[in-house]
Amino acid sequence: MSPSNWTWFHRLASPPYFYRLAGRLAPWFGWAAALGLAAGLYGGLWLAPADYQQGDGFRIIYIHVPSAYLSMMCYMLVAGASAIGLVWRMKLAHAVAVAAAPLGASFTFLALITGSLWGKPMWGTYWVWDARLTSELILLFLYLGFIALHQAYEDPRSGERAGAVLALVGVVNVPIIHYSVVWWSSLHQGSTVFVGSKSDISASMLIPLLTMIAAFTCYFAACLLKRIQAEILEREQNAGWVREMLEQT
Amino acid sequence: MTSLHEFLTMGGYGAYVWPAYIIAAVVMVANAIVPGRRLRRMRAALQRKDAA
Repeated sequence: MSPSNWTWFHRLASPPYFYRLAGRLAPWFGWAAALGLAAGLYGGLWLAPADYQQGDGFRIIYIHVPSAYLSMMCYMLVAGASAIGLVWRMKLAHAVAVAAAPLGASFTFLALITGSLWGKPMWGTYWVWDARLTSELILLFLYLGFIALHQAYEDPRSGERAGAVLALVGVVNVPIIHYSVVWWSSLHQGSTVFVGSKSDISASMLIPLLTMIAAFTCYFAACLLKRIQAEILEREQNAGWVREMLEQT
Repeated sequence: MTSLHEFLTMGGYGAYVWPAYIIAAVVMVANAIVPGRRLRRMRAALQRKDAA
């Protein structure tokens, strides 16, 4: 491949370029998230009919599923960025992984707590040690371990590498979470939304759910971009471009 | 939903649905506020350092 094909990648990996790009993109994702959340909540909490089995209790789905989805997507991002950081020693990649991990931990926490509040009226218990719940709890510990490892070393570069290795080893947990309801008998219900085939859910319930998933994703993008900006600023505080930028404002 | 009462009680599931939504709102608002604040503080600190 000719070098010119990679110029966009090198530009994206340049801290000043990414810092400015993130600053410009974050507000758009923020507004998209706000609109999507407003529409999704109205559709999910008011317009959608009660479930024939679960009554109005099913409405927890509109925060539970987007949180669970993002808890796994964010982990893939942390692991992917960690791999790039390890292999190509790219500073920005580690910054992305560090910025994303606390958000992933928050979504994992929300998936667990909303699932628990959903489980009590439907299953009769807040918690069971079944495959889906346990593997999601392990995901939370992986995030916390990643964050702790980062801060455990005197030299931040050692912390970055140790965290990245943990993130990569932990990837094995993501397909386990996803397929746990298929591989083992579980109290947790199976998937209701399928890509490319008909979903087991009526449109009046499905549309708000897809809206909420999109809105949560935009919210995640907005928060992540802001966090990456802060990471870059901290790492590059002595760089010339940071001084120039601060003088301009 | 057909009535405000039904909405507020969530057809008897209010004790589970509303705490779930409130916890999610608290966590998400905190996550939205923290990075912007950290960024502003860092910029201000760097500007002070530059001026000194």
